[in-house]
Amino acid sequence: MSELIGRSVPRVEDERLLRGEGAYVDDLHPSGCSEAAFLRSPQAHARIVSIDVEEARSAPGVIAVLTGADLAGELEPMVFQIARVVPETVRASTGAVSRVHPMPAIPADRATYVGQPLAVVVAESRYLAEDALELIELELEPLPAVVDPEAALEPGAPLVEPEWEDNLALEYRYRRGDVDAAFEQAAVVVEEVFHSHRHVASPIETRGVVATVDPLDGTLAVSASTQTPHQLRDFLAGALRRAPETLRVRAPDVGGGFGPKGAIYPEDLVIPYLATRVGRPVKWIEDRSEHFAATTHGREQVHRIALAADADGRILAVRDSIVHNCGAYHTLGLVVPYNTLTHLIGPYDVPAVDVRLRAAITNTGVVAPYRGAGRPEAVFAMERAVTRLARAVGIDAAELRARNLIAPEAMPYATGMIYRDGTEQVYDSGDYPKLLARARALVEEEPWAERAAGRRVGVGYAAYVEGTGVGPFESAALTVLGGGRVRVATGASSQGQSHRTTLAQIAADALGVPFERIEVVGGDTAAIAAGFGTIASRSLVVAGNAVAKAAAELRAAVLDAAGSLLGAPPESLTLADGTIRPLDGDGPELPLADLAGALSPFNPRRPAGAPTELHAKAIFNPGPVTYAAGVHAAVVAVDPATGAVEILRYAVSHDCGRPVNPAIAEGQVLGGVMQGIGGALYEELVYDPDGQLRTGSFMDYLLPTAGEMPEIRLVHVDCPTPLNPLGVKGLGEGGAIGPPAAIANAVEDALADLGVVVRACPLTPDRVRALIRAGGGDGGATAGAGATEVAA
Amino acid sequence: MKPASFEYRAPEQLDELLELLADDFTDVRVIAGGQSLVPMMNFRLSTPELLLDLRRVDELGALEHRPDGALSVGATVTQARLLRQLEQQGGWPVLAEGIRHIGHPQIRSRGTVCGSLAHHDPTAELPALAVALDARMTVAGPQGRRTVAAADFFTTYYETVLEPGELLAEVVFPAWPAARGWGFRELARRRGDFALVGAVATVDRDAAGATAEAVALVLFGVGERPVRLGGVEQALAGKPLDAAALASVEPLVAEAIDPVDDLHASADYRREIAVQLSVGALADAWERSSARV
Repeated sequence: MSELIGRSVPRVEDERLLRGEGAYVDDLHPSGCSEAAFLRSPQAHARIVSIDVEEARSAPGVIAVLTGADLAGELEPMVFQIARVVPETVRASTGAVSRVHPMPAIPADRATYVGQPLAVVVAESRYLAEDALELIELELEPLPAVVDPEAALEPGAPLVEPEWEDNLALEYRYRRGDVDAAFEQAAVVVEEVFHSHRHVASPIETRGVVATVDPLDGTLAVSASTQTPHQLRDFLAGALRRAPETLRVRAPDVGGGFGPKGAIYPEDLVIPYLATRVGRPVKWIEDRSEHFAATTHGREQVHRIALAADADGRILAVRDSIVHNCGAYHTLGLVVPYNTLTHLIGPYDVPAVDVRLRAAITNTGVVAPYRGAGRPEAVFAMERAVTRLARAVGIDAAELRARNLIAPEAMPYATGMIYRDGTEQVYDSGDYPKLLARARALVEEEPWAERAAGRRVGVGYAAYVEGTGVGPFESAALTVLGGGRVRVATGASSQGQSHRTTLAQIAADALGVPFERIEVVGGDTAAIAAGFGTIASRSLVVAGNAVAKAAAELRAAVLDAAGSLLGAPPESLTLADGTIRPLDGDGPELPLADLAGALSPFNPRRPAGAPTELHAKAIFNPGPVTYAAGVHAAVVAVDPATGAVEILRYAVSHDCGRPVNPAIAEGQVLGGVMQGIGGALYEELVYDPDGQLRTGSFMDYLLPTAGEMPEIRLVHVDCPTPLNPLGVKGLGEGGAIGPPAAIANAVEDALADLGVVVRACPLTPDRVRALIRAGGGDGGATAGAGATEVAA
Repeated sequence: MKPASFEYRAPEQLDELLELLADDFTDVRVIAGGQSLVPMMNFRLSTPELLLDLRRVDELGALEHRPDGALSVGATVTQARLLRQLEQQGGWPVLAEGIRHIGHPQIRSRGTVCGSLAHHDPTAELPALAVALDARMTVAGPQGRRTVAAADFFTTYYETVLEPGELLAEVVFPAWPAARGWGFRELARRRGDFALVGAVATVDRDAAGATAEAVALVLFGVGERPVRLGGVEQALAGKPLDAAALASVEPLVAEAIDPVDDLHASADYRREIAVQLSVGALADAWERSSARV
């Protein structure tokens, strides 16, 4: 009875949003609302000598000014349970050790990164609050700061956390097979250092929180631009010592998350606390300057990777030593650094592996998941190394990949590793050779030199797998409303993922109710008590299956109730198109609306013993993650004279299992690709050696815009997973995983004869020229002798 | 990211506006398009006490061709309006091409020509175009009006010869000979960004059309203000701008400029690119020029 799954149903979200009728946190105006602004550390590492707030307290319109000292007895330092979680199987497999430290909401003694909140002003307006910030006298005593993660691990490095003896936050080492022997026997060895640089996710809506205490029952209502409202509720219940039932957290319309809004921040705790303390609603909207400094960053790893191969390019072993930058606080434990391990080898069949990772805390902003969350970093290192290997062996880069891919017949394929959830890592399904072949066809169909107009053309590939649909659970509750409509409530909130459309497609199919009569509610702890949230490419897998499960139960309840009303056995009935009918077509029909009306307590003739409402709820606990996969291919034209890179075509072949809504799936992939292109060519968050943020605005941190969007072609290679009833895999992050590696590979291919080795992105024109010079060739700069002299 | 408190006035008479602007005891800034000033105010890098809006003063909105063929552009004329005028009525094609490189349509529909000149970001297009085209700046102030050549107007980063109390009331672009050739080359990280480096060139050929009678070459993004390369201009005058002639001036370009490093590009890179763009803009200008009539 599947009619809607697999169809590109138009998004029901769009009309509201395109009409400007969306309601984001800043559109919420509780009566009497005050506004907060934060004083933030101008130094990367400093002792707080004094903070004089007296003048600010008496400034016009100021309601309260609080420092870390004022909060010391009120708010305990923030502890994130996930940072502590190291499953026993992971520990046994890798010796992983994770050291966590609480993060003060507002520190009283020491600032550890630029942008850390040091005081908060609550005033009648944000303008007055910012005026008062200028009256605060802050005296700091500078302390030595460390910014580079490798430097942070050197003996004698400045300590970010004085209680620790070094800056090592997390460490693991995974070994399988005889790596040393493989390297000794190898015909070819490549070894290189690859850097993934720091990004900031830059959702169009920054963070924001508004908190109100309900004067009737004292409920603390918090609306936040978050990916995880239920987790925020549970965190606040603990931190504010309240029963969770006295808190309501909503994520209203959210303008993009990409990972950072899955974290919990000092402001998420301080603003609700202030609402209870000042007796007024309090709102804080992060401005873009704050976002650059104080929202979690992504990426930043250094890989010293080596590949051993036989003369035919068969990879015998991979050795990688990784340093990961956590930023000032190690808040998320294994999440990002361990994702790097379990995605490093990707779609390849490699007999021997030795991967070591050390994660350092530094005096920089906190690094947390950003679309891909450890995977783009792994893929950049591995796919760059694989491309170097192809060059060393002397065969085509796509052909070398083809020789090393896991065959579809090998599925399910156990890698030997343990996944972050503690289960054995098993690729459940997929056809990697087909993915590669389809991507290759998309770039090999045209003679690119003609379009390059005298520039150099290069082609680059990146292949990856992505564990998606991680647990522990998601919830769904379905209720038949008056008129035969059905409300679907889920713990998975949306930041633009189209839940209202895709989850309605799933519910409509499973129930037999028209799509138009389904409404989806997410992101509200009052709509459903338990939930986990939208992170980690999981919602379609986990929430989608929860909806399907609850819908099946609701359908059974509907047929039961209809059976007792009609005097027919439920198994003789069906529900289709919103109407209950006998399966054999012989007998009366009962529209769902009429059934709901008949069951209403207002109906004096309602059958005795019948339920008064039709409702079902379900929790879906996924087993191990399911593996999405993709191959990206970039065709670039490089102007060797200017170093400018143009993407002539970007091709994606991907496997997201069974697509529920292909148009939405493509939109997800395209958006991810554009973020990946941003990291490959434009975006880089830069600190100076003292920990000052050099990229404090979009003048300095360049995002790709519509003008930078290349031609992108996309093909689906659908391999439904056997791991969940819908057969779906996640795809929220995949698009962002491939581009830095694919584009770097393409640029290097274009300049290969000049001895160019790409070790990092973004590939700005200046850097490409520098690579050409470092490679020893002028690159055929067209300006002639003068330019060469200048360059030398 | 909220501006500090300020007073806002929008007078309708120029006299009244100039009087308010000349108040020695008040920190006054004028605003028209606000494309640079408003962000600076939001960052509190600029905290004027009084913001004077020019847009209700009708005479500042004039955009007219003068009898001598010059084009005068008033203080509140937007970049989009000037571009539309140039596209519809012709003339100053290099100005039109340069304006197309300013931001995006949304920015150009608010941003003013004179605002960009008075703001003087040395990586912006309009200051370099004004210098290359020998524009004359009409400055209004408490002592009346004075005219400043564009070559003398820009002093250093975000600074001009405008004194407190003075306003850039209009910019006048001299007549554009139909036979003049032009080149505009710019390298930016993204379309619409401020330039890493840009080059503006014009060429007027002699009556025979065999050589360049007059050459102008101005670079931007390579120093504290637009840089006019007089040495290159002189070296090329009286010659055909063939490949050999262009190659011969490459060292002159490299020596004449002193770019700096920033996040987007190194000084060395800017110098290297400046040479390429100069040669390219000059070659375009030569190609587009024809014999003087």
